[in-house]
Amino acid sequence: MTNNLHAQDALIAVKNIHKNYQRGSETIEVLRDVNLNIHKGEFVAFMGPSGSGKTTLLNLLGGLDVPTSGHIFIDGEDIAGMSAKKLTTWRSRHVGFIFQMYNLIPVMTAFQNVELPLLLTRLSKSERRRHVEAALAIVGLADRMSHYPRQLSGGQEQRVAIARAIVTDPTFLLCDEPTGDLDRKSANEILDLLTRLVQEHAKTVLMVTHDPLAANRAGTRFHLEKGVLAVNSKGEAP
Amino acid sequence: MAIPLIYNVRSIQGRFSSTLVALFSIAGVVAVLIAMLAMASGFKKTLVASGSAHNAIILRGGATSEMESSLELEQIKIIGDDPRIARDSAGRPLYSAEVVVIAALPLRSSGTDANVQIRGVSQDALAIRDTVKLLKGRFFTPGLAEIVIGKHAQETYSGFDLGKNIHFGGRDWSIVGVFDAGGSAFDSESWCDANVLNQAYKRPENLFQSMTARLTAPAALQDLKNAVSTDPRLTVGVKSEIAYYEEQSVMITTLINVLGFLVAGVMGIGAIFGALNTMYAAVSSRYREIATLRAIGFRGSQVVLSFMLESLIIAFLGGLLGALIILPINGYTASTINWQTFSHMSFAFAVTPDILIQGLLFSLILGFFGGFFPALRAARRPIAPALRGL
Ligand SMILES: Nc1ncnc2c1ncn2[C@@H]1O[C@H](COP(=O)(O)OP(=O)(O)O)[C@@H](O)[C@H]1O
Ligand SMILES: [Mg+2]
Repeated sequence: MTNNLHAQDALIAVKNIHKNYQRGSETIEVLRDVNLNIHKGEFVAFMGPSGSGKTTLLNLLGGLDVPTSGHIFIDGEDIAGMSAKKLTTWRSRHVGFIFQMYNLIPVMTAFQNVELPLLLTRLSKSERRRHVEAALAIVGLADRMSHYPRQLSGGQEQRVAIARAIVTDPTFLLCDEPTGDLDRKSANEILDLLTRLVQEHAKTVLMVTHDPLAANRAGTRFHLEKGVLAVNSKGEAP
Repeated sequence: MAIPLIYNVRSIQGRFSSTLVALFSIAGVVAVLIAMLAMASGFKKTLVASGSAHNAIILRGGATSEMESSLELEQIKIIGDDPRIARDSAGRPLYSAEVVVIAALPLRSSGTDANVQIRGVSQDALAIRDTVKLLKGRFFTPGLAEIVIGKHAQETYSGFDLGKNIHFGGRDWSIVGVFDAGGSAFDSESWCDANVLNQAYKRPENLFQSMTARLTAPAALQDLKNAVSTDPRLTVGVKSEIAYYEEQSVMITTLINVLGFLVAGVMGIGAIFGALNTMYAAVSSRYREIATLRAIGFRGSQVVLSFMLESLIIAFLGGLLGALIILPINGYTASTINWQTFSHMSFAFAVTPDILIQGLLFSLILGFFGGFFPALRAARRPIAPALRGL
């Protein structure tokens, strides 16, 4: 009941999602009847053991993969039925990705990495520069613009990746274990930054994590177990 | 906007050593192609340089080369009377009635016989061909078995020395002069009195193969053609000398060009495999980068374009290298059989801007085929597994 009420104004509404992978003749059910609603400005954490389907769910929400069945409404649009081509354009407008391994382009500077998503917009060169500088300032790396990824620490690389994710002001951010490869101190800095993005910049953040300390930053926590979304932190049935 | 070119340029820089095989194999192909094309163009240039816009060459009607033509003195005189033919200070028409024979004489280099083209000419042969100059000695005396030799002929055949005698056509000929024909095909010839040559070869008197006449002006050619074609006594064809030599070069230059592209094509297949190898390696080492770009929102077609450009850049660098390696061949003198006359002809390789462009375009073709399938693979790879590093 609560679910339906929430669904009215949810930014993300996932309905009866199933995702199967075929491995030879065997069908692996990675996600089973997942339902969830996420509102604008929420900071959501997904937890669960390795192999429980967290990355798979995030990939579906980010339009990197398509569900076997079910619907994913984002801002009212069902992306589950979109063609690969439409999904590509949709991703560039709505999703900012943050990966565990940062996934910066090693041959490009911090500035050029952050500028990449803007190359898909109509912004002029000077407008792009303004946006990139603003994004790098938010993550505290305005003075590292011309550094290459190899010249940065892991925490700094992840901050560049966050700048790249927010530079187009996407509808929501998807973070797959963003602190998984960082020491505690750098991890805390990244979590501070994500928290600040939610609180000060009204971003919607969906984060997969193993780390309970990271999950505690989130206002909403979901648990995945063998492809089934269990209870969240508010004690509601999802 | 496309994936920035800097991504490809820096990626190539970052793994430059792994591109070297592709680079060098493409360089090799382009070098060979340029060499062959330069050979053809040098050959053509040499033949065409033999002609002058100021001269007309007259052959028997329907004959395509002087080797298959014959003209009677009668006809030559009629044409000589035409007002479009230039006169000397004494008012005599300027033309040369010519015959050509091929003599087998030993090469300086190997001692084996090779064909040398001997041209029987008139006394005015030098006056109508202003690019031909006497270097040493004097011109032959009419009626005597004397001969002047081209500078390439002198270098090529043994015994071709001023003051010496050479033997062909059943008699001895004394070499009285050496001429420089400015790098044209005449440099490989030797010239003597046409009538004496006819006698030596027991050919009918007053029968020649061609007539080369000095025109009052290059523009007079058309009038001469009209006059000749309407004269019922004449059964001859008139051509500009330049057009004639251009035609003479067509067969062999086409042959060399076709051969050049064939050889480069076969070698190119090997080079394409080198490029494919390099590009497949580039793609598979960058699946995660590609998947990241795709996640950000770059389209598959943009990924294809990006990797195609990368392959084209490598190929173009290879092409530039090949062109640089082979450039010194420009001006290198070689000699080949002139298949029109089966005689030796010296010429200099001519690397023209046109040929360089063709070589570079060829390298781009190799780059296209070497990059296309790797680029497709890069774009078609599903994003989610590539992001997991699968
Ligand atoms: N492309 C795929 N093909 C087959 N199985 C896959 C594929 N991607 C993921 N899986 C499987 O799906 C399950 C869930 O994976 P994943 O979503 O990565 O889990 P998590 O992120 O929670 O560790 C795993 O058992 C994994 O092996
Ligand atoms: Mg995972």
